[in-house]
Amino acid sequence: MSADSAESVIRFRGVARRYEMGDQVVNALDGVDLDIRRNEYVAIIGASGSGKSTMMNIIGCLDRPTEGEYQLEGHDVGAMNENELARVRNREIGFVFQSFNLLPRANALKNVMQPLVFRGIKLDDRKQKARQSLERVGLGDRVDHLPNQLSGGQRQRVAIARALVGEPAILLADEPTGNLDSRTTVEIMRLFDALHSAGQTIIMVTHEADIAAHCERVIRLEDGRVAEDHRNNTRRRALAEGADG
Amino acid sequence: MRWRKALTDERGPLMFMLLESLRSALDSIRAHGFRSVLTSLGIIIGVMSVIAVVSIVQGLSHTVNQQFEGLGSNTLTVRSYTPFRKALQGQVAKLRHDDMTAIEQRVEGISHVTPILFAQSGTQGQVSYRSQDTFAQVFGVGPSYFEVNGVFPESGRGFARDDDLRRRLVCLLGQDVVEELEMPDNPVGEYFKVGAEWCKVIGVMERRGELLGFSQDNYVLLPYGTARRIQGTSRDLDIQVQLQVDDINRMDEVKDRISRLLRSNHGLKSGDDDDFRVQTSEQLTESFNQIISTITAAVGGIVGVSLLVGGIGIMNIMLVSVTERTREIGILKALGATRQDIMLQFLIEAVLLCLVGGVIGIALGYGIGAFAAAMLPGFPPAHVPAWAIALSFGFSAGVGIIFGIIPAAKASQLDPIDALRYE
Repeated sequence: MSADSAESVIRFRGVARRYEMGDQVVNALDGVDLDIRRNEYVAIIGASGSGKSTMMNIIGCLDRPTEGEYQLEGHDVGAMNENELARVRNREIGFVFQSFNLLPRANALKNVMQPLVFRGIKLDDRKQKARQSLERVGLGDRVDHLPNQLSGGQRQRVAIARALVGEPAILLADEPTGNLDSRTTVEIMRLFDALHSAGQTIIMVTHEADIAAHCERVIRLEDGRVAEDHRNNTRRRALAEGADG
Repeated sequence: MRWRKALTDERGPLMFMLLESLRSALDSIRAHGFRSVLTSLGIIIGVMSVIAVVSIVQGLSHTVNQQFEGLGSNTLTVRSYTPFRKALQGQVAKLRHDDMTAIEQRVEGISHVTPILFAQSGTQGQVSYRSQDTFAQVFGVGPSYFEVNGVFPESGRGFARDDDLRRRLVCLLGQDVVEELEMPDNPVGEYFKVGAEWCKVIGVMERRGELLGFSQDNYVLLPYGTARRIQGTSRDLDIQVQLQVDDINRMDEVKDRISRLLRSNHGLKSGDDDDFRVQTSEQLTESFNQIISTITAAVGGIVGVSLLVGGIGIMNIMLVSVTERTREIGILKALGATRQDIMLQFLIEAVLLCLVGGVIGIALGYGIGAFAAAMLPGFPPAHVPAWAIALSFGFSAGVGIIFGIIPAAKASQLDPIDALRYE
């Protein structure tokens, strides 16, 4: 491993996010210190209201901390304006959502091409990259299908292809298997494991212990603070479970 | 710093985003085909009515101006004028033969004075040839009539001074009369009947075409003297007088001179209104053009209102569409769309809707104009000037921008977290 890989992709120092609700101040995140290195496979778990979603919004640059410092690839996200945040989301973050969040009127190919539009990449290049990305998740034969013509697992694969097409620094998944049956869940987790093996940094927000068990590091949040941060020594591997990779 | 620079430099130029927004706007409009048409219906109707009316009115104005072109710019027309109030009292102003004589003798710097005696209501409009008969307008005109009005006999000859003085029973026919009465192709030398008198045809006038749907070729010209004789010299006949002013710079002077002369001849006191009008050919076209521009302005007002209504319709649907697509906007923002990207996309969609409406409106409006012109007998062909098309486009685009900006701004300001959570 090169020296570069030891560098932190994400670095939280005293990160807090406070909401004012009338007179009350809600501390969704309350002084979190955290380092996530390249090619880590991290699960963020916690009960509802523990600050998982806020954490994920801040990591994904959809929201900014009210206090503390967040550095993504060594750059201070707190100092960025809205347009710069949009560009960071476009380049460095690949989102995978529980409800897939595909554009309903666009076919699989167009959905995957969409992030590249905001990068100013020409149509032909976009098509080529999107096709490659869809092939990578095993949907090379479904490029013309609309989201409602695809199964849940296929939709999530399209979403993953879309998240990967821009070669982001981190793949940020929010309950990626929450809407899937158990068989499809295994399929998707196998895909995540394969992506991790190929060098992708993955951060997964989940409340399912089964899912967290796939990750190599588990961070448990409680009342906006890190309650537990441990290496997962009994890691489950979907790759090994399945018949083939 | 390197980071920021890289971010701005790699990003495509504005043209790229415009093109991409256009692409996605087209997709969206196509996806909601029927709704898109309904949305831009206001614009379609607005533009359609402006183009239809403008094409008809312009066609008219085009023909009318052509008609008046024959009348030289140094021509004055004097005619009687009865104010409405006087007409109610049963008084009818008249321009008499004496008035013409007075003008001829006492106004300097004029030439080609020609009287026009219109057929009064009554029997003399009936003309007949062999077993055929029809009605035609019968004018008595002086020998200068042809030059002053710029219409000439196509065959045969015009009137000579002698025809007038000797009150010869000769006449010139309009093309329609020749056709109506089924006369030979060259009727010169034939005799036909005007009222109770037999006249010899000495020529056929060139075709003048139609104006406002009325044929302008259904007429018979008699020498002025002859017309007076047929109608009876003793009667107080109302005539029009056309004359040419020798020096165009002295136009106003001559007009004043004629006015003063007629006022004193008619015994008008200083407070009385003129019971006649002295008009230049420009004034004749001007008064017509005034009517045209009044119609155009009135239509413009209506169209303005309908475009406003159309614009509000567009805004309404765009606002609905923003709400409907809240989640989609959230997705796009998560994928890296900036406020400007979202703004541009919705704005372009609104403008495109308006422009598509404008194009459909122009096509329909032109169709209606052409249809109306074809269906109404004698109506001039519809004529759509380039400025009307440019204006329609400009207006449509303007409406799109004005009424698209609020929904677009609303879309661009959505918070991505809230938008993603929207059901």
